[in-house]
Formats: sequence, C-alpha cells, structure tokens
Amino acid sequence: MADLSVNFAGIRTPNPFWVASGPPSNTAYQTHRAFEAGWGGLVWKTIGTPIVNVSSRYSALDIGGQRMVGFNNIELISDRSPEVNFQEIAEVKKRWPNHAVIASLMCESREQWHEFIRRSEDAGADGIELNYGCPHGMCERGMGSAVGQQPLVAERITGWVMEVAKIPVIVKLTPNITDITAAARAAKRAGANAISLINTINSITNVNLDTFASEPAVRGMSSHGGYCGPAVKPIALNMVQSCAADPEVRIPISGIGGISNWRDAAEFMAFGAGTVQVCTAIMHHGFRIVDDMIEGLNSYLDEKKMRSVDDLCGRAVANVTTWEKLDLNFRQVARINHDTCIGCNLCYIACEDGAHQCIDLLNPDSLGLDLGPGRVPHKHVPKVREDDCVGCNLCTLVCPVDRCITMVEVPTGKPPMTWVEYQAKVASGEMKPLPPHH
Amino acid sequence: MADIQLPMRQMEARVEANRCLYCFDAPCIHACPTGIDVPAFIRKIAGGNEIGAAKTILEANILGASCARICPTKVLCEGACVLHDRDEKPIEIGRLQRHATDFVNDRGIHVLKPPEKKNGKSVAVVGSGPAGLGCAAELAQLGYQVTIFEKSKLPGGLNTYGIAYYKLKPQLSLNEAELVKDLGVDIRCGVEVGRDISGEELQRDFDAVFLGLGLGDGNRLGIDGENLPECLDALDFIEQIHTKPLHEIPVGHQVVVIGGGNTAIDAATQSVRLGAKRVTMVYRRGESQMSAYPFEFEKAKHDSVHFLFDSMPISVVEVAGHVVGIRLARTRMTADGKLEMIPGSEFTQECDMILKAVGQEKQAEIMRGIFPKIAVGLGGVITRDQMSGATNVSDIFVGGDCANGGREVVNAVGEGKKAAHGIHAFLAGERASLPIQPSRLGVDGSASGCGLHNPIRAHELEAHWKANQSTKNSGEHRG
Repeated sequence: MADLSVNFAGIRTPNPFWVASGPPSNTAYQTHRAFEAGWGGLVWKTIGTPIVNVSSRYSALDIGGQRMVGFNNIELISDRSPEVNFQEIAEVKKRWPNHAVIASLMCESREQWHEFIRRSEDAGADGIELNYGCPHGMCERGMGSAVGQQPLVAERITGWVMEVAKIPVIVKLTPNITDITAAARAAKRAGANAISLINTINSITNVNLDTFASEPAVRGMSSHGGYCGPAVKPIALNMVQSCAADPEVRIPISGIGGISNWRDAAEFMAFGAGTVQVCTAIMHHGFRIVDDMIEGLNSYLDEKKMRSVDDLCGRAVANVTTWEKLDLNFRQVARINHDTCIGCNLCYIACEDGAHQCIDLLNPDSLGLDLGPGRVPHKHVPKVREDDCVGCNLCTLVCPVDRCITMVEVPTGKPPMTWVEYQAKVASGEMKPLPPHH
Repeated sequence: MADIQLPMRQMEARVEANRCLYCFDAPCIHACPTGIDVPAFIRKIAGGNEIGAAKTILEANILGASCARICPTKVLCEGACVLHDRDEKPIEIGRLQRHATDFVNDRGIHVLKPPEKKNGKSVAVVGSGPAGLGCAAELAQLGYQVTIFEKSKLPGGLNTYGIAYYKLKPQLSLNEAELVKDLGVDIRCGVEVGRDISGEELQRDFDAVFLGLGLGDGNRLGIDGENLPECLDALDFIEQIHTKPLHEIPVGHQVVVIGGGNTAIDAATQSVRLGAKRVTMVYRRGESQMSAYPFEFEKAKHDSVHFLFDSMPISVVEVAGHVVGIRLARTRMTADGKLEMIPGSEFTQECDMILKAVGQEKQAEIMRGIFPKIAVGLGGVITRDQMSGATNVSDIFVGGDCANGGREVVNAVGEGKKAAHGIHAFLAGERASLPIQPSRLGVDGSASGCGLHNPIRAHELEAHWKANQSTKNSGEHRG
C-alpha cells in the first residue's frame, strides 16, 4: 500500500482528496459526512459578510443523455453568519483533529481580512484559502474574480493576509484571465504558501427555446454563472501545468476542475498538484465517490511502484513544451485492425469530411480480409492510405472500438528537427522551405 | 388484448437513440428492404426532432408504423447492427421507429406532403396491401395520379386483416391507408378487378398497372372432415379478431394448429390469449425445419403452447357434425429426403377446434383470368424483374407476396417501392433518387447502398461467416 498522506504547504491530511469550497462544504453536518466517507480535507464554503441567494441557482450541460457533463452555478458565498461558520469549524476540528479544514474567505477590507483570519485561526482551521475566483455576483461587488483578474490587486490583498496569517495561506485563482501564471506569480510574490486552481469559468449553459430565458432562470432572467464539472478538466489541466512549469511560481498547487475519479486526480498530480479538490462530482453523486478515488490511486501507485503521492507529483510537467520545440520529423500513421473493426465507417466519414481524405472504402474481398461474423459480405471496409495519412489522430478518436485503430510510427530516417531549428536551417540556406504537405 | 411490445417513454427513447453510433453507410440500412436511413432517423430522435425522424422513416416506408411493430427486426436491421460486434445489445431500431411514428400519429402531424405538381400520368394499383400502398405512396410522391382498387371493404390487406392483434391493431393499418390517401391517392374499396373492372380497362385507362394482389385463400389439408365448422383457416380466425368484439369470437378449449410457420404461431398465441386451455401445434417436420422465426417459437413456448413435431394430420374426428379430435400420424424422412408417414403410428389428439396454417394459395389462376398474357413462373408466382418489378407485359408491374411467393410485410413494401421506380423509369425515363448517403465512393453505387437494392439478413451474415471459416479451416488442414 502506498502512503497517501500528504503535507501540503504545511497542511497535513490523511489523503490528497479534499472537498472543494462550495455547496458540499457548507456546514458541519456535511463535513462530518465527508470525513466519514473518507475525504482527507475540506475547504469550507467561503465565509464573508453574509449574502442573500436567488432561486434557482444551478444549471447543467447534458450531452448524449449524459447528465451534468458541465455544470453552472450562480450561488454566492455562504449565506450563514460568520459566527455560525467559525463555531462549526471549531466543532468539526474537535471531532476530526487529523483531517484538515481550510477556511475559504472573501472580505471587503484589510480590517475584515485581518479579523476573519484571526477568527479562522481561533476556530482551529488548518489553513486559509483566499477566494479570488468566484466569477458571478461577488465580482460585481469588487470581490472574487474581480480581484483574481488583476494580479496587482490580488498581490496587495494577499499581502494584507500575509501580514497576520499564522497558518498556511492558499490563493485560489480564477481561470477567467488571459495568462494564469500572471496571477500565480502575484500570489507567490505576496508570499502565499500555495495556490489552488481553477475556480469556475464564466458561462451560460443554454437558452430555453420556448421561453428564451437562460438557466438557472430567476423569474425569467438569468445571470452569468460559473462553469465546472467534467467538461472543464482540460482547461484546468492546462492551467495547472502552466503554473507548475513556471519557475517563478514554484509553490504547492492544489488542483481543481472536473475531477470525478482517481484517474482525473492522478493526472492533476502528474502535473504537479499536491492535493486535489472536488465539488461537482460530489454534487452529482455524493461524498461516497472518494472510496473509489482512494482505492484507485492506491492501486495505481502500487502498480507503478511509487511509494507516495510525492513520487507522482509533477512527473508529467516536463513533457509539455511549446509547439516550436516539437519534432517535425516524427511521423505516424493510422492503422485499422480489421479483426476488431465493427464496420461503422465513422473513421471514413470523419477523415473524408473532417480531416485529410486519406481513408478509402474498399472491397474486403480485394483486400483478402477475413471479417468477423455479422459483417455484411462484400460490404466495403475502411483502409488508410498510409502515404497520404498525416497522422492527425482523428480516426482513432472517433473509432468506437478500443485499440482498433492505432497510430504507428513510420520512421522517416531523419534526425529530429524542431520549428526553431527548421527556421534556422531555412535562414542559413541549409534547406529549402517545405511545401505544406510532402 | 395488450400490445406485446410496449412503446418507449421519451427518456428511454433518448437514451437508446444516443447509444446509436450513427454509422456511415450503415449495415442496418442494407438490411432494411425499404432502405430506411436508420442512423439518420435515430439521430433525429436523440436530438428531440421526432417529426423529422418520422419523415425520414415514412418517406422511405409509408408503412413505417406497422413495420415498427411487426418487422422481424432481429433478423433485419437489428440483426445487422454493428454493436453486435462490440458484444453489446443492438440498438432497438424497431421500438425507436415506433416511437417516432407514434409521435406524429398521436398528434395528427402530417409529415408527408403530396407534390405540388402532378406529372399528368396515372397508374392503377391492384390491391391495397403493403405492396400496393408502398407502390402507391412512392408513385404519388413522384407526381403520379394513383388509383388503388381493393376488393375488400377496408384497405390495408394483411395488415388490416391478418396480423396477430397483440402486435398490430387494425386501426393503425387503416391510418396508414389514410396517409396514402393524404398523398392524393384514390383508394376504391369493394372493387374487384376481374369482376367489377376488367384488366383491359385498367390498361386502357391508366398509363401503367401495378399488381400487389398478395396471396389467395389458405391451403387445404385435403383430409376428411376439413369442412366442419370448427376447422378454420388460421388467417380467417385472425381476421375475426380484427373485425369482431373479442368476446364474440369462438375459440376452442383444446385447439390444434396445423403448420410450423409464423402464421401458425400467431394463430396459436392468439388462441391462448382468447382463452383456449390447451393449444397444440402440429408440424410435419422437426423443430429445426420450422419456418417460424426462433423468437416467434420462443414466444409460443412462453404462452405454454404444446408442440407435436414430425406429425401430420390424417383426418378430423367428428361427432354429430362437430370436431372432437384429429387423427395424426408420425412422419419420417426417407433415404431420398422425402417425408413419409410411419405406418401404424396413427394416434388421436383430442380437440374442439382446428386451425390450418399451411400456406396460402398462389394467385396464378386469378392473374391469368385478368391478364391472359402475363407470364407465371414455377410455384404459381408472377415472373418479374427483381429490381424493377417489370413483367413480360410492358405496362404491368408486380410486387409483394404474389411475386415473391410470400415474405415479410416490409419486403412487400420494398417491392412496391422498387416497382414504383420501375414504373417511373418506364413512363418518365428517369431514375428515382434513392436514400443513399452521399459519398465520394457512392457515386457509382458500389460502395454505398441500401437494403432496397438487395436486403441482407442476419442469418445470411452468420452463414457467410461460417462458410468462410470452414473453407479457411479446411484450407489449413490441407496445408
């Protein structure tokens, strides 16, 4: 068994799975349930001056019958008083001394920040997360993403926090920004102990074509919300990797964004996340999902002979680079395994209409193919014209059968050459510019 | 009598439709004798466009609603579904098709519209069964003025009078005839060609004639006592269910059904549903030779129908003019493959009703009476060109059971449609466009196609594969 316990910027938790700040982390009751289910830490629903919420508050993107592929909310921070929240944090900490409770805060002034930090510490919180990310409602009042989108403002406020904080401070970043590393660097400069990302992305999920209202609809009107759930994972991974690879950041990262299972979590960890935070998947299926996350990560670490989460952390960061450093002389082509091909021809039509027209439908008899049962005799089958295949990968992505189409390397016999090297060679006259296709 | 197959709920249909891979040049289209663009209509259901889905279905097959209920989908479209090869359940194409067609029927939405311009040419269609309606609908959409002559009181043929009630209610068949009327087709019921109007008149008054007569009366057993009142033709028995209140239909306590086909199964399962205590099917050959589909056989077993294989009827046992039993004898194969009765094996099966389902008469004699010049081939079916339905008489086309000897309803619709294209080629010199998915390779029709050309069947796929395997294996042995 691998050791799943982590020390994240000084916050120790039995495992790297934290409940993210949001509806599931609103109360002591929920926190007890979360820790009973096995979550290692929990970031409390953001505490600030109590707000008033609207109804309804959530909407979702369903795709192909799959519910909540993407999720959107216009719920604000905690609508309960700071007194109740801090009192409940204290209760939880008494019962769960080895689990971490991180107080998420959103304040309006330096004085309020100082006060709430002190009260968080008094309640026994293990750390503080600064909510600079909330992209709806609060930002209209100069808080949340309004802070996160201006690195200098974020830096100044983080400075106020660091003046007094005695427990680790995590700055939560908004993805609604052109360059995430600018915000991450600002947090680092101000002395923050860690960053967490991503918060939700500005979104409108749909338009009701009968009422022309968007959802969630509040008396026929809606508002820009925050987008999360499985659909945002690629965006979050990109931003986490960018921060992890930035030499000017170099502080622990808590990964957030569409994490639903151990595999998602492990990917964030491979990109440098020391812990991961989950909200939407809990809103969909409950706290119980952590059981599989713990088991799955454990099995994976054992299989890879890694003894702890630290062994995995950051393993993939260096394998992402800029486009100009990729090898232009590496070539691969798609190859279709006709033994497992089911004859849907999706690869054919995708390549034909959507890519580079290099799959033919040919008579299987002329190819000497022996197709499986259920295949229509003499019905044409897809075959890649490898000389013309650009290796784009589209066919493997649309193919509904695992490993039926594989990308096979075709040695070019040429040494690796990046775009940078190519430009230099062309400039020096060593080689002529390449035609668009060769 | 409840439907044996339940309609899909909205959510169920969406989920099922979303399972469809939306294959290009899909095998299910190749397996449909009417060439419905199955992935296209299923994708429309997935997106909530049921009306568009129904249009896609009905444009290709005017009887799409009844075919959704009675097609042997397991051996046709669903049998060809690529998901079989991914070890998954095939898409429930039949039920999705029902979902889409019910959607428009229930709401009275007309998805097909007659063409704005007629081409001035007229065609007579004889018979309003599946072949006749399929042909008429296609011709009407191509701009022809079509008149259907139907000898019965109601249109629809077998679909109205001869399908098990729990599969297809006659009203649905009548609705489909209405769809055809909505396309501008004139359906004249109670008019028998050869009696009320002559073949010559048809040829004189119309530019072309399509014959979709179906099959004739049920074959006779040729045994003593066959004419007793409780010894009925299975199709006549089923017809009563369609035309009378259920409680008025006489059914025996102990029913014997003679035959091993799908109609025999329908008669047996319908008897059970009408209250028969014991139903026994008698078939002269073995279980494996039954022409009924395996899933129909299963259905009968589910209904506790008893089976007597390798048995043939010899005579009806009567008391005071009523059936009280049937004399049967065991059969066996002779060395030269003929069926013979085993001497001394006779026995009596008690019963008070006998239903005969041993095939229907071919229409050869009727045909010769109406059109003396028409060529009739072996087995009493009309000789025709498979692709166009053309007969030896240039303006007469044919399709459905009277040409194929008796196949599925969907085959009849497909043949009616092919004949419509044949008539269009004959009268207008044009090739009707087919629902072929456009592709670079489909231009010559070699790569893409649809079942309208040459429908495939699941068991044929299996057989083809097995044959390939055995040649491969024997090759290996030789090697």
